Amino acid sequence: MTRARSGPQRERTRSATRLIGFVVLALLLAACGRSSYQYNWNIVVDSVIRPDHLILSGVWLTLSISVVSQLIGVILGIFGAVGRISRLAPIRWLAAFYVWFFRGTPLLVQISFLYFGLGVTGVYNFPDLVLLGITIPGKVQAGIIALGVNEGAYMTEIVRAGILAIDPGQMEAAKSLGMTYRRAMRRIVLPQAARVIVPPLGNEFNNMLKTTSLLVIISVPELYVTFSRKNASGPTVFHPFELFIAAAIWYLLLTTLWSLVQTRIERRLARGSGTGVDDTVRWRDRLLGMRNASPRSGRAR
Amino acid sequence: MTLHTPHDLLDAVGELPQSPDGLVVEATGVQKYFGRLHVLKGVDLTVRKREVVVLIGPSGSGKTTFLRCINHLERIQEGRISVNGHLIGYREENGKLVEDKERNIAAQRSQIGMVFQRFNLFPHLTALENIMEAPVQVRGTPEEEAREMGLKLLERVGLEAKVDTYPGQLSGGQQQRVAIARALAMKPALILFDEPTSALDPEMIGEVLDVMKELAVEGMTMIVVSHEMGFAREVGDRVVMMDEGIIIEEGSPASLFESPREERTKAFLSKIL
Repeated sequence: MTRARSGPQRERTRSATRLIGFVVLALLLAACGRSSYQYNWNIVVDSVIRPDHLILSGVWLTLSISVVSQLIGVILGIFGAVGRISRLAPIRWLAAFYVWFFRGTPLLVQISFLYFGLGVTGVYNFPDLVLLGITIPGKVQAGIIALGVNEGAYMTEIVRAGILAIDPGQMEAAKSLGMTYRRAMRRIVLPQAARVIVPPLGNEFNNMLKTTSLLVIISVPELYVTFSRKNASGPTVFHPFELFIAAAIWYLLLTTLWSLVQTRIERRLARGSGTGVDDTVRWRDRLLGMRNASPRSGRAR
Repeated sequence: MTLHTPHDLLDAVGELPQSPDGLVVEATGVQKYFGRLHVLKGVDLTVRKREVVVLIGPSGSGKTTFLRCINHLERIQEGRISVNGHLIGYREENGKLVEDKERNIAAQRSQIGMVFQRFNLFPHLTALENIMEAPVQVRGTPEEEAREMGLKLLERVGLEAKVDTYPGQLSGGQQQRVAIARALAMKPALILFDEPTSALDPEMIGEVLDVMKELAVEGMTMIVVSHEMGFAREVGDRVVMMDEGIIIEEGSPASLFESPREERTKAFLSKIL
């Protein structure tokens, strides 16, 4: 992790950012005051401080779908990465095809195909599932699978980079002690790769929390759909300004919570890395965006 | 710095595997190519139990590659290598050698210790965990037993104070001593040393050589790629000179260092002595 700026220059950038922020906010408020729209700020306040059960279940859905999808993505990513570096060519090809296909097509198309496409042909139409007394609607299942499998393609490349970052001498040392390739991977290489993987994984999960909103296409009532519906009918009908500010605040709460969790994970993984604890990005820095762990450029989903 | 003189290293690990006829390593006609590059052009070497063989030669002579063939970190194209009477890395099928199953290769490697130039300790594990990892994971040694052996080994290489330290916080010399302890914990019939002191600062070479000398004295079978002439003289039984992929000369340290027969050996020794 390289520190992009330091010292006075970093301080200058920070105050410049703040200044721009104030100016934008002031202009926005001024613009609000000039329009004839009847603002109802209570909608924002109530949606955040006194959320009704619709909003709460939307938050819950967004969070749980994100967590399960990301878990699927990580597991697929580990298998995908090991496949990508396999000695057997067919396995390498299979893994490469997986990455090529799911990174090469829009997630929106993948979700639609999985739910509508498979549904209309009768290949699989996602019946509701009861698991431990909880009913998981078919749409939610489809959403989790689509997000998870798509994420797996990205995680494959992240995990692969993590594995390749580990000195080949580690695998040799493990083998010379009598470990099989699998055991050496599991016990020696992957635990070390985890430290390299976690910062970009954090970015992935942050993305995931927001990307769940694409499930609007199969009308899974997550956070975005919930606020969208409140705009379409009910007591807050046609208040998109307030409603989507409130939605944004909810997403910010979720991503902020996650960045705190991530900092803790990174600190735990820094074990044994010498001065690693100091390298860990402090959460304040992360929130201020001063040191982004690993920005991904030019990615469209 | 006062050096903890190590002793009873083998006593710490208990019984070592026995070779039936006293021959630990038997290599005949070993040939190895890296692509079109012919690195080993027919190497023959026998190492007896308790023998310490020092491999020397200019860089690119194939000595490290040969060492890595002995535990099958490198495949060979011709010839055969046996350790304790078992063919390494290959099995015979209708008179032809085919690569053995991974499980069998792993089992054979567990009998052959290896110490690397760059130590290759596992950085996410403490010194003690580095030593315990293979006995517990590969041998299925109960954790308590492995811990006890690990503590004994660390004490005997003079690192009892570094039990819970991660490799990143150890000096090169300390790391290499942990690496030797890690190899010993598998009770190997043989330990291969690949230039164990050449990545070390000069002041740390002594502490690693002391451990290796002690091992030699206690009767560990060792093949050492090294240019440490003092070590070779003191505990080496045989010095083997390699050049351009073959063994060109071998003999006792005294005879080889004082009266080498081959011109290339003379030229090489004059550069390093």
